[in-house]
Amino acid sequence: MRHVEHAMGTVFSFDLRPPLGDARRAVAEAVTWLHRVDAIFSPYRQDSPISRLGRGEIGLDDCPPEVTDVLDLCAAVAEVSDGYFSTRPAGLLDPSALVKGWAVEQASRMLDRHGAVNHCLNGGGDIQCAGRPARGRPWRIAVAHPLRPGITATVVSGQDLAVATSGTAERGPHIIDPHTGRPALELASITVTGTGLTMVDAYATAAFAMGGAARAWVERLPGAEAFAITTTGATWHTSGFPDAASPVIQEADGAILQRPR
Amino acid sequence: MRRAIFAILVTAVGLVLLLSFKPHELTAVATPPSAASPAPAPPSAGSGGQRKDPHDEDEEGGSDDDEQTGITHQQQSNGTTPQTGQDSTAPQAAGAWTGPGAVAGATSGDKVITGDIADTRWGPVQVQLVLNGGTMTGIRVLRAPDGNHRDLAINSQALPTLNDQALAAQSAQIDAVSGATYTSEGYMRSLQSALDRAGL
Repeated sequence: MRHVEHAMGTVFSFDLRPPLGDARRAVAEAVTWLHRVDAIFSPYRQDSPISRLGRGEIGLDDCPPEVTDVLDLCAAVAEVSDGYFSTRPAGLLDPSALVKGWAVEQASRMLDRHGAVNHCLNGGGDIQCAGRPARGRPWRIAVAHPLRPGITATVVSGQDLAVATSGTAERGPHIIDPHTGRPALELASITVTGTGLTMVDAYATAAFAMGGAARAWVERLPGAEAFAITTTGATWHTSGFPDAASPVIQEADGAILQRPR
Repeated sequence: MRRAIFAILVTAVGLVLLLSFKPHELTAVATPPSAASPAPAPPSAGSGGQRKDPHDEDEEGGSDDDEQTGITHQQQSNGTTPQTGQDSTAPQAAGAWTGPGAVAGATSGDKVITGDIADTRWGPVQVQLVLNGGTMTGIRVLRAPDGNHRDLAINSQALPTLNDQALAAQSAQIDAVSGATYTSEGYMRSLQSALDRAGL
């Protein structure tokens, strides 16, 4: 079963595989959830709780409990990332870098609770997988090359797999290094993998802001791995990065290259 | 078979910035709805005119309000919101067909399926495909965002690749793509709708 929903300024794709459980209700609940998250956390809505909180019009106690949950998670990531993850990357309160992945992970759990245990949720390129797409094989997620149209940079595979990519490919340099207040420009993209998208999404944002220093940082993070492409096209990855069994890059003209090791 | 075909197109789609072929006017479609859109900037001089933003509903019936609100914060300079352009009676300048079955109807049993228009942040995407039996033998892009110079500059390189990949990547079994662009995701949704329509 598939469904697509527009929310939070992006597109959420649901891909449910058998057994579907109570799929329709599960998806309906997840969709309602995504819109609730949007209404609470949108920094573009003047009257959202997060906007009002950011302007000091209301206090944390006046906000829905999800706000406290999210801000607590953000604080934890800010600490583990030495401030490279921030809820105020450009000055205003904006936990968006964690909210989308968190929303998708929660939606994934809803599907699980309704018995739809094999699924892949894609929120604008941040992906939470659960179970298997088919018997005998894991989910396979391709990572688009940020600099070269027509090229896959790598493929990751896993069962309960979360994948998030931060980069500049389409929207230009939009991730701010909180330490400098300026766009992070060292990497073209970085892909972080793990099992839970909340953390993976936030780590990807922090890692992108860190640039080359992210490699050592992610290497130390339990349960997270990373693959990065610099603005000059060089690549690196952490030692446990779950690339698929056939690590090739296919050129636009059909020639196959070995992925550089 | 459907899964394999979806795997084909997901693989391809995620890899390419999908943008229109030619800087021609596309056939006008329904006017954009509402109120919630930000005021459009004046069209830039060199871009050869803007087309209407169709805002046709894709199969999910989602509105574009949420997409619009994202734009001013997140985009850098250049992604213009699709403009309310002039009506055009010019014939639709769809892209060229890719694939052996691309001369639609050349073989008996060919079926041409048009996908839904998929709205993306940068504009609508729509694809059309040729099926022969259960196999996709030809594919082309009917419409894609063409609102700025970046779109136009990358087109001719990206599109043939996209179509080739969609037809050729049968065995990759890719389920989703991370880091895909919005326009390529729109391509994927439109193509998926065509496959759904074909009953594959």
